[in-house]
Amino acid sequence: MNLQNIFNHIESEDPEFYERTSPRRLAIRTFMKGAALTALPVALGGLLKKAYGQTSTDPIAILNFALTLEYLEAEFYQKAVGNASAVGLTGAALGAYTTIRDHEAAHVKFLTATITKLAGASQVAPKPNFDFSGGVGSASGTGNGPFKTVFTNYDVLLAVSQTFEDTGVRAYKGQAANIMDDKYNDVLQAALQIHSVEARHAAHIRYMRANRGGSVVDGNPKPWITQDKSNIQTGNNDANAAIQRTYAGENATNQAGVDIASFVSADLATESFDEPLDKDAVLAIVKPFIITP
Amino acid sequence: MSEQNHLLPEITPAAKGAPAHSRRHFLGLAGALAGAGIIGLSSCSKDDNNPVTPVNTGIDLGSGDVGILNYAYALEQLESAFYKEVVAKSASVLQANELAFMKDIAAHELAHAKFFKAAIAAAGATPLQDLTPDFSSITFTDRTAVLNVAKTFEDLGIAAYNGAGKLLKTAAYLTIAGKIVSVEARHAALIRDLISPGSFADLASADLMGLGSDNANGLDGALSPDQVLSAAGKYIKERLNASNLPKS
Repeated sequence: MNLQNIFNHIESEDPEFYERTSPRRLAIRTFMKGAALTALPVALGGLLKKAYGQTSTDPIAILNFALTLEYLEAEFYQKAVGNASAVGLTGAALGAYTTIRDHEAAHVKFLTATITKLAGASQVAPKPNFDFSGGVGSASGTGNGPFKTVFTNYDVLLAVSQTFEDTGVRAYKGQAANIMDDKYNDVLQAALQIHSVEARHAAHIRYMRANRGGSVVDGNPKPWITQDKSNIQTGNNDANAAIQRTYAGENATNQAGVDIASFVSADLATESFDEPLDKDAVLAIVKPFIITP
Repeated sequence: MSEQNHLLPEITPAAKGAPAHSRRHFLGLAGALAGAGIIGLSSCSKDDNNPVTPVNTGIDLGSGDVGILNYAYALEQLESAFYKEVVAKSASVLQANELAFMKDIAAHELAHAKFFKAAIAAAGATPLQDLTPDFSSITFTDRTAVLNVAKTFEDLGIAAYNGAGKLLKTAAYLTIAGKIVSVEARHAALIRDLISPGSFADLASADLMGLGSDNANGLDGALSPDQVLSAAGKYIKERLNASNLPKS
């Protein structure tokens, strides 16, 4: 079977193959013309992996990744509101948590509908079970992690909320460039529209923490991130270390080769730009909270 | 993370001069809607069928990715100038913590504006000229007025970036836009909370719906460059020509 036959075969098996591989037909044609024969096996492998593998540029995989994070947030806020009296959520704070809960639930619904529309209901990732103590894989065990007081201790609740929101912002930011394809313009725009809502949530939680103060609040949290500071001090080293992963790299002052600290102070430079996180880094952060799969 | 220290790619001559690929989302609003309030734009935010006259006079923002960067640069210039005025003129009507926030935001917007100027030049293109703000409609000694304009600028900025992401062709630029827009969203949330506690993400509010928000799906605003410039135009003395920007 020669190479053209392979492509013909792929197209007959999967008419959307060329559409799903980016940058689509041109890439195939260029590939056919330009690839050196010795490089063919490797290059072909890459091309097929892009179409069929769970690579980070598969839009359905990206949407399912986002959906998993939204499942996490939606259930977290549902439980927070459900445990409002136990954890001390009242008044305006309860109102804010209810607002955020509703947005996260809406994101779950929206992403589920989007994946269903693009790839069918069978491709929608199922909701995992969560352990909001963050104990999955830890020595202390599931249900007994460093955040086990999250639904009974208001300060811990706020700290975990801030960490989830700031993580969400970084996760969407990290994936945006992987869905740059005119075919997915609507998906990209919606992802950006979710991304900025998560940032609004993060800012509000941070403002709540600043106004509340107390021993879990370290320094002066602002609605934006200064350097790579979490401004969280739980008194538990494991918890602090888990939280700090969300802020790793936020202290960047060089943006695309431009030294932002030459315009404003280094602190302000880091605040002016939020940093992305790739999928693996985000999964490492949320893994202790995910029981299955 | 892998993007953060990479130099932005050179813009090729072809990209500089390339015409927009498609007019399918074309929404020139200037003629009929110039001067209309932001709320007035809501009926057009998802409608491809508005027969309006495109803005084809004024300062050309350019085409391709550089055009979008110049568009963002224009908005950041506007925001930076606004907060500079707030810090200079509104101290007496703001509480100490509010003024401290305004100083931070002023610095963030200045950093964004200077970043775009440097990045556009680094890409081998010519940055948009310095714009002349027109803040004659703003009473800087009125706290409510100042915060409401700040809210308008922040929410509009978010909608601008959210609507422009799909117009970019270069991944590094999209990532940079994402790094900036979430900071604008943090600003917006704070300003909204200063005006009305708990309104940080009121996606069902008339003003955010006017910018394209969708509360049922938990989505923030998103507008086309023409829609944004139509709303922002009253604050800029120069006329900006967005007709060569990509449309999809």
